[in-house]
Amino acid sequence: MHRPRIPLHRTLKIVLNGSPKEVADTLAVAELLESLALGPEGVAVEVNGELVTRTEREDVRLAEGDAVELVTLVGGG
Amino acid sequence: MDDPTQDAPLILGEHSLRSRLLVGTGKYASFEETARALELCETDCVTVAVRRVNLDATKGPSLLEFIDAKRYVILPNTAGCFDAESAVRTCVLARDLLGTKLVKLEVLGDKTTLLPDPVGTLEATQELVSQGFDVMVYCSDDPRMCVRLAELGVEGVLLNSAIALAKDPLRMAVAMRDAASAGRQTYLAGPIPKRLYANASSPMEGMIAGTGVHAKA
Repeated sequence: MHRPRIPLHRTLKIVLNGSPKEVADTLAVAELLESLALGPEGVAVEVNGELVTRTEREDVRLAEGDAVELVTLVGGG
Repeated sequence: MDDPTQDAPLILGEHSLRSRLLVGTGKYASFEETARALELCETDCVTVAVRRVNLDATKGPSLLEFIDAKRYVILPNTAGCFDAESAVRTCVLARDLLGTKLVKLEVLGDKTTLLPDPVGTLEATQELVSQGFDVMVYCSDDPRMCVRLAELGVEGVLLNSAIALAKDPLRMAVAMRDAASAGRQTYLAGPIPKRLYANASSPMEGMIAGTGVHAKA
């Protein structure tokens, strides 16, 4: 019987800044920022409505269905 | 004797500001114009908004490259928030970005008028204060609202569109600098008391013949 191969690199679906995105399973927040060429400064991160601080970014790993917001400061009144 | 050119600083949380004019950074034609207007109006505190990072491939420069965070206190707003929860989340994100706990809170009630939602505003203020923020609150001129939130009285002026959308924004930046200063100096100086009747500024003595109230026409 042919057994299905388990893929070596699994992915999961998140919502990033309101749009669906596929990322590597258990991707850390810090790795997500790197993959988007975003420096650690000038960006704040929220996962499922909760802030992920700079020190937490290496340890917090994304899960299926997570809603991620990456924000910065722009002009405003 | 009090020096007439000097004034007490405006204290906002842990910040001490020389200028009592706070200015927004929105709606300018370019980042260069924004930076120049801020320079000309001599403000010490500028507002910014918190928004999603642009993840498109074509990334341009960011506002923060044109505004010196050492020169200005950067004051994040909660523009676009229509409830307390999103306003609090925005402030938490802003504090992470800036390392400062001073925030400008707005909880909007109506998208056409942008008037505040007083209930949401109070809820957000209570929550933010409990989380250690120093909160500047956008509210209407409802006296009961003001009494609940802060002491009555104007300590400063905050504006954005009045400069950014003027015909000549840079010249208007200078005008607003002078206007805010004139208003403050007037307040400190104590304006001339109101009188019911006129009080001539020139002496009544030594008037030549033919002048004065009894002179013939």
